[in-house]
Amino acid sequence: MADKRNSVFASIDWFAVFLYIVLVVTGILTIFSSKYSGDATSVLSPGTMSRSQAVYAAISLVVALLILLLEGSWFQRFAYPVYGLTMLMLAAVLVVGDEISGAKSWINLGGFSIQPSEFAKFGTALAVSKYVSTKGFYGQSFMKQLPVFLFILLSIALIMLEPDAGSAIVFLSFIIPLFREGFSLSLVIAILYLIAVSVIALLVDKYIMIAVIFALLLIGYVIFRKNKGILLTIIVIFIVSVGWIFAEQWAFDNILEQHQRNRIMVTLGKIEDNRGVGYNLYQSKIAIGSGHWVGKGFLQGTQTKMDFVPEQHTDFIFCTLAEETGFLGSFLLMAVYFTLLIKLIMMAERQRSPFSRIYGYCVVGILFFHVFINISMTIGLMPVIGIPLPFVSYGGSSLLATTILLFIFIKLDAYRYSILS
Amino acid sequence: MQRITDGGFFMKTDIFQNRKYLIIGFIAICFIVILIRLFTMQVLTTKYINLAKNNAIKNLVVYPARGEMYDRTGKLMVSNNIVYDVLITPKYIDSTFDVIKFCNLINMDTSTFNEKLEKCRRYSRYKASVIATQISKEDFLSTQELLYQFPGIYYVSRTVRQYPFSSGAHILGDVGEVDANFLEKHEDYSLGDYHGVRGLEFTYEKYLKGQKGFRAIIVNSANVEVAPYNDGKDDVEAIQGADMILEIDNDLQCYGEKLMANKRGSIVAIDPNTGGILAMVSAPGFDPNMLVGRERSQNYLKLLHDSVQKPLINRAVSGVYPPGSTFKTFNGLVALQTGVIDEYTQFTCNGPASSPIKCTHNHQTPLSVVPALRESCNPFFRKAFEEIISHYKNPETGLTVWNEFAHKFGFGVKFNTDIFSENPGMIPDTTFYNKWYGKGGWKSSTIRSLSIGQGEIQVTPIQLANLAATIGNEGTYIKPHLVKAIIDHTTNDTIYPYSNEVVTTGIEKRHFDTVKRGMRQMASMTGSRVYLDIPGVEVCGKTGTAQNSGKNHALFISFAPMYNPKIAIAVIVENSGYGATFAVPVAAMMIEHYLNDSIDSSRQWIEKRVLETTTIE
Repeated sequence: MADKRNSVFASIDWFAVFLYIVLVVTGILTIFSSKYSGDATSVLSPGTMSRSQAVYAAISLVVALLILLLEGSWFQRFAYPVYGLTMLMLAAVLVVGDEISGAKSWINLGGFSIQPSEFAKFGTALAVSKYVSTKGFYGQSFMKQLPVFLFILLSIALIMLEPDAGSAIVFLSFIIPLFREGFSLSLVIAILYLIAVSVIALLVDKYIMIAVIFALLLIGYVIFRKNKGILLTIIVIFIVSVGWIFAEQWAFDNILEQHQRNRIMVTLGKIEDNRGVGYNLYQSKIAIGSGHWVGKGFLQGTQTKMDFVPEQHTDFIFCTLAEETGFLGSFLLMAVYFTLLIKLIMMAERQRSPFSRIYGYCVVGILFFHVFINISMTIGLMPVIGIPLPFVSYGGSSLLATTILLFIFIKLDAYRYSILS
Repeated sequence: MQRITDGGFFMKTDIFQNRKYLIIGFIAICFIVILIRLFTMQVLTTKYINLAKNNAIKNLVVYPARGEMYDRTGKLMVSNNIVYDVLITPKYIDSTFDVIKFCNLINMDTSTFNEKLEKCRRYSRYKASVIATQISKEDFLSTQELLYQFPGIYYVSRTVRQYPFSSGAHILGDVGEVDANFLEKHEDYSLGDYHGVRGLEFTYEKYLKGQKGFRAIIVNSANVEVAPYNDGKDDVEAIQGADMILEIDNDLQCYGEKLMANKRGSIVAIDPNTGGILAMVSAPGFDPNMLVGRERSQNYLKLLHDSVQKPLINRAVSGVYPPGSTFKTFNGLVALQTGVIDEYTQFTCNGPASSPIKCTHNHQTPLSVVPALRESCNPFFRKAFEEIISHYKNPETGLTVWNEFAHKFGFGVKFNTDIFSENPGMIPDTTFYNKWYGKGGWKSSTIRSLSIGQGEIQVTPIQLANLAATIGNEGTYIKPHLVKAIIDHTTNDTIYPYSNEVVTTGIEKRHFDTVKRGMRQMASMTGSRVYLDIPGVEVCGKTGTAQNSGKNHALFISFAPMYNPKIAIAVIVENSGYGATFAVPVAAMMIEHYLNDSIDSSRQWIEKRVLETTTIE
């Protein structure tokens, strides 16, 4: 134990670092392949995107090392200032940001650009962890809990102003650490129920659906009619469900943009338009589906190279990997992510400090949302939502910010013996 | 080491510990769903493998033709010509590719071919790049069927501009390929697109460019077209850009260009009723067909580097000159309106002995404004101008009043209609003179050169033509513009961009009548009447000479007929000396040609003289 107290490096969880490095290297190789044009260039040849990504990775590693060398207590102590800083960046991007395809998401710092929404993720995670760990969450009055939600909502609101709905959605992942800290299970079930209702409502006729809900609730009443107050509960569920269905229809027609509506309808299979709005998804599916068992081999993909797949090195990077390494490679990638997430949960659970535990779950939630949404969109399980695949997609801001997010936790974990609970 | 506490809010036993299993379970279920989906897509079905193998879809761009331009009489001034671009996909060029045969076919030498191929290869081996551009239809027809023998080669048709009359180069402008710089600023364009670079092509780009179409084809693994994708049902047809009807009278434009050959200067003719520009000549000019096709960039550089003639500059709107005596019309109007003189106010003129500005014209004295305009009497207008400036509590206020009138007439400001590269000119104001002489350091006599259109004042030919139109209209004008109507083929909508707004000058109609009489006498009673005595037409005019470091510029503004004029014109012939000698005959020929369709046989000697005159080396 004495050793672990003395040396940062001895107490680091090297397995988590190893998984991180596996993902980053996979990313660089896949980026190289996705942009490979048959020339005799290598992964690190000047001018290639894989080289840029390798440079970003090197910068990220240096930053990771700095984080490991920092005083472990600082993260909790400076959680609010860091959060404030990332919120200032989000506000600044609205003013001085460069508008790229209709959204102000990037700040140009002369020579390189950064995407503040990526940095807001660990900023918000720090603030949420600090607040929940010092003020408590479970059993507290709503007014006491409110600031937690405000931290999250402020990030979402600022990012929606850019507007960048994809990045904003990731902030819903804070439900996972909050759930772990005692957020009502019934509420989570209610949220999942409403999400299910939303999806089904877009697929089937609303009135048939209302009839089915009515029938199911009637059956529920017959079964549980002995329970006290069941009638009121069922009436409330019915009214909320019907209200939700109509509210959703209204929001779908009035709040969403046409391209967002199209993406949702394509995902749900309500629009079959492989040349128009469904083109990206269709090409993405062809690339992934044509991978078969072991894929076409490194650099041998055809679909992702001839510009059939859009954003082949950023949000759709999984297409190249799946096309060239097949189901085997896809499975291994998913396995690495799954192992990393389970490893992080185990690490979070062994923390003595609630701050470190909550932060650990924030990391789990953010990474899980990224992976699940990103892969799901490429295979048509979800509408196209432009967020990167963590550690793998091309992009300096994303890689650097996600590295910081992860390594703060690795540092907190390495530091856990110094904390007296 | 610092002790961190949990603040006492957390119970000794973490009661939600078991929720980690729910979270792990939830994540596991999500991952299993993804894996099942992947397994179905990648392993269980072969649909996607077949799609990838056989149904690679290639999107081809179908370029639209730009809108055409017609003159006011329906003559086609700008049309389109079909040419072909040949594209190459470097991946398919291997040892079996017969380079020599291919080069012979598209008329290119092999070293250029190899050089270009290398460039394309560097851009992308998989994407097609253009290797030969704008091959004419005639050259292409013979090679079209042979091109299919070459793997990795295909072509697209494009349209380029053609100018049947070779006229109006400065007005019409030109079309070029977009460059990296342009693309950075315009998201809706992509590499290989064309855009209007100058002139009307630039101003009306959004109407003229049309909409690109797309054609999807199925290509096999050798990149050869197999069939249209989905029977072409999803293809989008290209939509030609909107056509434009110009205010220009092509006949008059061509005639003006002919008259100005071998001279430096410009002509602007306006229809006073509509503000439509009938002709806008800038000499020396060039044939617009020079800036089309494969020689475009070479010719462009040649024109750009001609630093003596500067043919690319449109002198009619970018050239600035002191207006000289033509400005006496304006000064007369301001003097009448401000009440410092009336129609009968007389000033004396001592002829060549006048001081400080002498009069070179031999005429009656004292005289009032009408004869003063006829004789272009300098002392009269110097005194009238000084009266205007000193009429107010200080010269600043006087000059400001004068400035305001000048701006209302369109001097010192841009019209901002559809004219490319307009120069606002320069009307010196109080700030300008305060800077120059110091505040209070100047008075009416300091700036008296303005009275005869000399000094710091600078105007453009189009502003002078507009002055003539305004006098002809007796106080109002519609801003000069080039396009009468834009006709959109898809919606059948017709847009009239600039024909309605009437600008007023704030000077009463009766004063214009006075000035008109002066201008009519100038045209009918002085030496210039030899040129201006057009059969059946009452011409009004005013000559001017712009002092220049070299030989003076000759100026003339005019409108005709005197009442309800149909044409207003300004002519500048640079370095030709006195206004009446060179600018007047050019204007006279233009007016006669426009109003009478031909030059009277008794006057053809004038036309001949103008055509034979050369003022440039």
